Amino acid sequence: MRKIMYRTAITEAMREEMERDGRVFIIGEDVDLFGGVYKLTKGLVEKFGPRRVRGTPISEAAFIGLAAGAAMTGLRPIVEIMYMDFALVGMDPLVNQIPKIPYMSGGQVKIPLVVRGQFGVGTAEAAQHSQHLESWFIHTPGYKVVMPSTAYDAKGLLKSAIRDDNPVLYLENRVLYLRKEDVPEGEWLVPIGVADVKREGSDITVVATSNAVHKSLAAAEQLAGEISVEVVDPRTLDPLDLPTILRSVKKTGHLLVVQEGVAGACFGAEVIRQVVREGFGDLESAPRVLGARDVPVPFSPVLERAYVPQVEDIVAAIRRMLGRTRNESPADTG
Amino acid sequence: MGLRAEKRKSMFGRMLLIRRFEEEVKKLYQEGRIVGAIHLYIGQEAVAVGVSSGLKKRDYVFSTHRGHGHAIAKGCDIKRMMAELMGRDTGLSRGHGGSMHLYDPARGLMGGNGIVGGGIPLALGAAFSAQYRGTDQIAVTFFSDGAANQGVFAESLNLAALFHLPVIFVCENNQYAATTPVRRSFAKMAIAQRAESYGVPAETVDGNDVEAVHDAALKAIRRARRGEGPSLIDCETYRLEPHCGIIPDQRERGEREAWRAKDPLSRYKEKLLAERILTPSKIEKMEKDIARELAKAVKFAEISPWPDPEAALHKECLV
Repeated sequence: MRKIMYRTAITEAMREEMERDGRVFIIGEDVDLFGGVYKLTKGLVEKFGPRRVRGTPISEAAFIGLAAGAAMTGLRPIVEIMYMDFALVGMDPLVNQIPKIPYMSGGQVKIPLVVRGQFGVGTAEAAQHSQHLESWFIHTPGYKVVMPSTAYDAKGLLKSAIRDDNPVLYLENRVLYLRKEDVPEGEWLVPIGVADVKREGSDITVVATSNAVHKSLAAAEQLAGEISVEVVDPRTLDPLDLPTILRSVKKTGHLLVVQEGVAGACFGAEVIRQVVREGFGDLESAPRVLGARDVPVPFSPVLERAYVPQVEDIVAAIRRMLGRTRNESPADTG
Repeated sequence: MGLRAEKRKSMFGRMLLIRRFEEEVKKLYQEGRIVGAIHLYIGQEAVAVGVSSGLKKRDYVFSTHRGHGHAIAKGCDIKRMMAELMGRDTGLSRGHGGSMHLYDPARGLMGGNGIVGGGIPLALGAAFSAQYRGTDQIAVTFFSDGAANQGVFAESLNLAALFHLPVIFVCENNQYAATTPVRRSFAKMAIAQRAESYGVPAETVDGNDVEAVHDAALKAIRRARRGEGPSLIDCETYRLEPHCGIIPDQRERGEREAWRAKDPLSRYKEKLLAERILTPSKIEKMEKDIARELAKAVKFAEISPWPDPEAALHKECLV
């Protein structure tokens, strides 16, 4: 099987869906001539023309709103947000309009739109170019929230998102953009709302998202022979594939959620809430969240590294949860 | 001008229907039969009717929190409007939206909006969609002097001009943003100039003169259909009622009375009577027909079923 980069997988998904459906277009800052700040739309304006690959001024509220209106009237926009932080300038269309209009209209108006953009911790871009917003978005009914960790999932999920009749927030981690992974050719999809067990294990369930999936897999590898770790990547944060997580917890009895977003009032807490409600009897220890520290993303690489859980923090947390050590780790924020 | 008599009568009829509908809503609200946030359109009827009388059914209208007039002017069924105001399953939005969120896409009504200025970029999107699909549809965004002070108004003027979108910005300059008068919210009262500075041709009209509004709208509609891009119409009008519900708001002494003398409905009535387009007996018949339709609408709404919480309150209900 060929290997391609995570970012190439995203570009391929957009190109294939634009070939397949003339209603799909891309809109965002620098997406046309420049090909996007991380080159995700490179070559698309040459192929599809400026009608379908539309660069905009720096006016997030206006162009996110425009995309919403276009989706309300028959098109299927892909909105590229240069940095997800910038989406906050367009919070009115993003939160007050897009996820509410299908409901407020009594189901008469559909908004088949994808808002995609990147974030990431680890590239020293500081607090307004790095933050995780997925926990905000899952708190807003009306969206599907997708957060792929591999090139394979990135491609298959984006194609599903573009074909979905509901608004989808598609969150890319720029730290993963250059990872090369197996991605088959041809036509296939990854369904929204289905988790993937990235590594099977029997002693503890680690639910991890985005870049934390890879760190958790590295931690599982380090612990192999000592503790058998199962790593579950929900891939879609909302709707959440709870049955897959519950099946895993039933097998292992222990649940750790690892994420790079801050741990307070977060996705991990939501996973634990749902597991406690549906599978409390299967838990043999208190479930925990390992997440980012409760401050804005710091700039200095030394601070930034300490800000999010690293492989050694995940290893330590797992050992502690299973009673193999009593050391407290500062990264254990949950 | 040269508007045909039939057209003028029909515009008057629509304005009268809006006025009587809103008076009925006010009464029902006072009686507790309608709940929630109610923003009445009384005094602004000439704007909705003047603009929408030039539109086709397939054209898009993006309305506001003060949107009953826009819905009636676009031809929505007052029975289903009334049912929506009462939160019933037969309402225009199946009771999910209420007064501020009337949706009737089959008639081009793409919803009101609870956010001041929130509908402006959405209208750009509908205009973009029409341009993209190669249809001759246009989009109208109604908004207020209050929305003209939102940042998204400026962004949208620029984007509409940049993309040559077939969109018409209709400012209902009703002199008040919630309870703050324009003299306290504009450093410089120049909504049309703001548009022109972004390359959007603009005209300021007497928003209480339905034919003046209609003339300006026809020009803007022609431009949009010919692919000549966006326009703005700044309609000077007056909100005779309080911002919301029946909570009284402060007005300067004599201000409301001065505007009442320029009431768009009375003015048009006098004009059409003077020109013998209408007679008192014709008007009386119109009033009776409207009263009967309104009574039917209220009855329809009150006997309509409530929405089913089981069906409406879970995540997948509209997916």
